[in-house]
Amino acid sequence: MSENILEMRGIIKEFPGVRALNNVNFKVRRGEIHCLVGENGAGKSTLMKVLSGVHPYGTYSGQIIYNDEEQKFKSIADSEAVGIAIIYQELALIPELSIYENIYFGHEVTEGRIINWNQTIVQAREMLQKVRLNVNPSMKIKNLSVGKRQLVEIAKALSKNVKLLVLDEPTAALNEDDSENLLELLIQLKHQGVTCIMISHKLKEVVAIADTITVLRDGATITSMDAEKTKISEHEIIKNMVGRAIENIYPKRKKKNPGPVFLEIKNWTVYNPVSEREILHDININVRKGEIVGIAGLMGAGRTELALSIFGNVPNYKITNGEIIVDGLRKKLKHPKDAIKAGIAYVTEDRKGNGLVLIQDIKYNTSIANLEKLTEGIIINDKKEIQVAKDYQKSINIKAPSVRQIVGNLSGGNQQKVSIAKWLFVEPKILILDEPTRGIDVGAKFEIYTIMNKLVEQGMSIIMISSELLEILGMSDRIYIMSEGSITGELKGEEATEQKVMAMATRVEEVME
Amino acid sequence: MKVSDKKSVNDNEPIGSELHALIKENIREYAMYIALVFIFIYFNVLTNGLFLSSRNISDLINQTGYIAVLAVGMTLILIIKHIDLSVGYVAGFLGAVAAIFLKNGWNVWLVIPLTLFFGVCVGLYQGFLVARIGVPAFVTTLAGMFIFRGFLSRVTAGTGTIIVRDEVFRAISNGFLPDLPFGGNLHVLTLLIGILAVILVIISQIRQRNSMLKYNFKVMSLPIFISKILFMSVIILLVVWILAGYRGIPWTAVIVGVVLFIYNFMLHKTRLGRYIYGIGGNSEAAELSGVNVKNVTMFAFASVSMLAALSGILYTSRLSSATPTAGLGFELDAIASSYIGGVSVNGGIGRVTNTIVGALVIMSLTNGMNLMGVDVSYQYVVRGAIFILAVAFDVKTRGKRR
Repeated sequence: MSENILEMRGIIKEFPGVRALNNVNFKVRRGEIHCLVGENGAGKSTLMKVLSGVHPYGTYSGQIIYNDEEQKFKSIADSEAVGIAIIYQELALIPELSIYENIYFGHEVTEGRIINWNQTIVQAREMLQKVRLNVNPSMKIKNLSVGKRQLVEIAKALSKNVKLLVLDEPTAALNEDDSENLLELLIQLKHQGVTCIMISHKLKEVVAIADTITVLRDGATITSMDAEKTKISEHEIIKNMVGRAIENIYPKRKKKNPGPVFLEIKNWTVYNPVSEREILHDININVRKGEIVGIAGLMGAGRTELALSIFGNVPNYKITNGEIIVDGLRKKLKHPKDAIKAGIAYVTEDRKGNGLVLIQDIKYNTSIANLEKLTEGIIINDKKEIQVAKDYQKSINIKAPSVRQIVGNLSGGNQQKVSIAKWLFVEPKILILDEPTRGIDVGAKFEIYTIMNKLVEQGMSIIMISSELLEILGMSDRIYIMSEGSITGELKGEEATEQKVMAMATRVEEVME
Repeated sequence: MKVSDKKSVNDNEPIGSELHALIKENIREYAMYIALVFIFIYFNVLTNGLFLSSRNISDLINQTGYIAVLAVGMTLILIIKHIDLSVGYVAGFLGAVAAIFLKNGWNVWLVIPLTLFFGVCVGLYQGFLVARIGVPAFVTTLAGMFIFRGFLSRVTAGTGTIIVRDEVFRAISNGFLPDLPFGGNLHVLTLLIGILAVILVIISQIRQRNSMLKYNFKVMSLPIFISKILFMSVIILLVVWILAGYRGIPWTAVIVGVVLFIYNFMLHKTRLGRYIYGIGGNSEAAELSGVNVKNVTMFAFASVSMLAALSGILYTSRLSSATPTAGLGFELDAIASSYIGGVSVNGGIGRVTNTIVGALVIMSLTNGMNLMGVDVSYQYVVRGAIFILAVAFDVKTRGKRR
C-alpha cells in the first residue's frame, strides 16, 4: 500500500459556461487530517462531488486513484462501497426517525430479509460510543441539537466502515463547544486510522487540526502545505486563498460624496424558529444616499437572512429586537409589499427559485412588482406595459428577440437583468442586490456593474451582498463584514484589502499588512 | 444563449412550415378541438343525426352549463396549484338550500344572491384553512366533501327530493331568450346575435393583430390569419343556425357567457389575474414581489365555491328539483374540463376560455353516451379514462417543450 490513500490527478470539470475545476491535483496521505480551503466558488465542493460520484465518471476528466486503484465512481453508492463517506453541510438525516434507524438507513442489519431491530440498537449504541455521543439511540433526530446530529452523521459513516471521511464545513452551524468536541473526535478517529478531509472556512480550526492544508483558488490547486512539521499561520493561508491583483473589470464611477443616511438597521436580532437558533445577533448598519455598501462574508454568515428579514420577513423569522429606520422614519415591514412601499427593493440571490416566474415572459416579469403603476381603473394597460418592458430591455440591454420571450429560455445574465428590471420599475430608493453576478459571464457582470454605477449616480442607494471578494472591493464605497450572524467589521472602500476582509470574515483577530 | 431563433415578424416563411410550427406549439389546444369534432361526428353518425339536432344541442348547452361555471372556478384553483374536491357537494347542498328557500315562498331574486353569498362563505372557510392555517387543499376539501355531503343528506332527509315550482328559477336552465315579435320559423334574435358575434370576433382579432404588429411581435401570416377568422365565423354561425332551428339561445348559455367574460377579463386584464398566474408559476417569487399570496388564495377558494353555488342553482333549476344525490361527481368533471382545456398539472398555465371547451368535450361524451343508452357504469369508466388520457397527454407534450 502506498503512502497516499487518495490521489486525484488533473481533474477538470466543466459546467455550461464555467470551468469549475481546472486541472486540480490533490493528494491525501493515509491517516491524516487534510483541510481543504478556498474562497466561495473556488471549487472545493465540486471537487468533493467528483470524488463521491455525485458528478459521475465521464462527466469530468482526470483520474481518481484510491487505495492504489483507479476508481470510476458512477454514483455515491460506488464511492461508499469502497469506504468513502461525505457529510454535507445540510445534514441528510430523517428527523422523524430514531437515531438507530437513521444510522442504519440504507444498510439495515438483517437476518435473511428481515430487519433485526434489537441487533440494530446494540450496534448503533457502539457507533454512538465511538463518536462519544451519550444519548439513547431510540431518540428521534428532531430532538437533537445540530451538533449532535452532526455526530450521528459521523456515526452513520463509521457504521459503513468508512476509510476516508469527508466533511463539508462541519462546524459552520455549531457553537464553540460543539465545534471543539467535533474537532477532538476527528483527531481521535485519525488515531483509529480513519483519514479525514475537512472543508472549512474557519481558519483557526484548520490551523489547529490539519496535518496538510490544500488551498484551491479559481478551480486550481494553489498549494499543499505540510502543517505537521511546520506551523502554518492563518495569514499565510489567506494570502494563498486570495493572492491576485484586482483586474480592471470594475467600471469607474464618478466619485460623489454620499448623501445623508437613508436606511438604518439598529440592534437587529433575529431568531429562526425552524432551526431553533438565533441567526442574527445585534446587527447595526446604515446606508447613505448614493452609496454602494457591500456586505461580505462567507457562506452561512447570515447575509441573505439579514436581507430577507428586512425585506418583509418572508421566511417568518422571529425578530426579537431591533428597528428599521428609512429616511428618518421608523418602519414596520411585515410583508414585502410594505418594504416596496418604503422604497426598498430586493433582488434575490436565487433568481430561478424565488426571483422570476420562469414560465412567463419578460414583460410579465418586469411589471409584476409594480402593476399599480400600469393600472387604469381596474384594467392593466397592455400597451404601457409593453412600452415599459421595451424601455428596460433597451436601457439595461436584455438580449431577447422581444419582450414576449419566455424568461425560462434566457441565459443567466439576461435573466438577472430581467430580475433587476423588475425592481428598477418599482423605482426604489434603496436596492438590495443579493449575489447580483452569481453564475453569469464576465461580459454580463460588467454590464451589471455599469448599471449599478448609473443608479447610485442618480442618487439611489445600493446594498450589495456578495461572496466574491473582488466584486465587493471593486464596487463598494463601504463594506460591512459578517461572520456567523454578526457584523465583525466595517471598512471604507479605499482601506479595504482582500486580506483584511477575509481576516474579519474568518474572525482572525489581528489584521495583517 | 438559449433564445429561440424565431424572427419577430415572419414575412418570407413558407406557409407550410409556419403551419407546422403553429401545430407544434399549440398541439394541446388543437388536440382538444380535434377531439371535440371527432366526438361530434362519432355520436352524430351513431345516433343517426340525433346528436347534432337543434334540440339536442340546446340540451347539451344546458347540460354543460353547470359543469362549465364550476370548471371556470376550478381552473383558478388549479392554476395556483391547489385543488378543490368539495365543489360537487357544495353545489348539491347549496342547490338544495335554494330549493328550500323557494319552497318556503322566498322571492327568487333574493334567493339567488343569498345562495351565491353562502357559496362565498364556504369558500372563505376552506380558503382560510388552506391559506392561513396551512392545511393542504387536498385534505381541507376532502373533509369539505364529506361535510357538505352530510349537509345535503340532512336537508333532504325529511322530504327526499324537493320540487321547485318557481317559474323564473326553472327558466334559468330550461328557458330561452325570447324572440323578436316578427320571427318566423327561425329564431331571428338568435341569428342577429350570431351575426353580431361574428362581427365582434373579426374586429377584435384584427385589432389585436394590428397592435401586435405595431410592437413587432410575431404574428400569423395573413393567409393563415384569414383562414382562422373564417373558421371561427363558420363555427359561430353554424351553432346559432342550429340553435335558431329550435328555441334559440338558452339562458344558461347567457349565464355561462357572462361568467366566462368576467373571469377571462379578470385573469388577463387585472392585477388579480396577474397575481394568480404568478403564484402558480412561482409563489415565492410572487410573494417577494409584494403579492399577498394568502389573500389571493382565499379569493380563489371563495370564487370557486361561489361558482359551485351557481352550479348548484343551474343544476337544481335544470331538474326543477333538489335531490339527495345532486353534485355527485361534479368535481371530477370540473377538474377534467380544466385539464382537457390545457391547465398545466404543474400550475401557472391555463385559460378559462379553453376550460369551457374542455367542459364541452366532457359533457358531449356524457350526452352522446346517454343518447345511445350506454349504461352509467361504462360512462364512469369512459370519463375517467378520458380524464387520465388528457392529463397524460399534457404531461408528455409539456415535458417535450421544456
